[in-house]
Amino acid sequence: MMIILSKGTLENVYAAFVLANGARMEGIEAEMFFTFFGLEAIHKQKLEHLHVATVGNPAMHIPTMLGGLPGMEALATTMMKKEMEKVDMPGVLEFLEILSASGVRLWACKLAMDMFHFKKEDLFEGVEGVITVGDFYKQSAGEGVHMLFI
Amino acid sequence: METTLAGKTISINEEGYLTDFTQWDEKVGETIAAEADITLSPRHWEVIKYLQNEHRNQVALSIRRVGKSGVVDIKEFYALFPKAPLKTATKIAGIPKPASCI
Repeated sequence: MMIILSKGTLENVYAAFVLANGARMEGIEAEMFFTFFGLEAIHKQKLEHLHVATVGNPAMHIPTMLGGLPGMEALATTMMKKEMEKVDMPGVLEFLEILSASGVRLWACKLAMDMFHFKKEDLFEGVEGVITVGDFYKQSAGEGVHMLFI
Repeated sequence: METTLAGKTISINEEGYLTDFTQWDEKVGETIAAEADITLSPRHWEVIKYLQNEHRNQVALSIRRVGKSGVVDIKEFYALFPKAPLKTATKIAGIPKPASCI
């Protein structure tokens, strides 16, 4: 299972993490490619500060005007994290450690790294390397490989 | 349904998990492990006993919980039971498959 994460909102990051971990739990190989805002999920200084999107997300049931008010994202994030803890969902860093220990291979997108001026040292230690999209496609070669874009 | 494992008649579900833990013994565990190409070492047994104990205490099992148990870390858990560790280890232990996504 090859999972591309291009978003840095908490709900998307968790979706990608659960899918990758779930694959390993079923004995399926899994690799993740972090690109654009998805890089925030593996950036050491940023990964603990990811937020839920409160604007432009009708399923949050918060009127868009209110969702844009200062502090709304933080409030919604705190509430969601509380619910996540109840269902035994780990925090972002702990989840990365679980993925790493479970054998999920983690890759950062070179183009996005250059664009955001991130360095390899800025990233979670479990990230194996900074690679191009072509490298990731090469990693994905073979029959029966599935690719998900989040 | 019923099957014969280690010379005993055992009730299992369609995925091969024991439906009656009282029918389980170490020989049954070894037979299920052999089907998954696993030879049980003392480390395997420590993990299996831990899982059975958690099940007895009605704890919902997940990879995260196993990793935090102090009995085995996640890396070793995957090394001991390659492929699907939680599914395989619980099957060998004779307890139900955990309904966990994490």
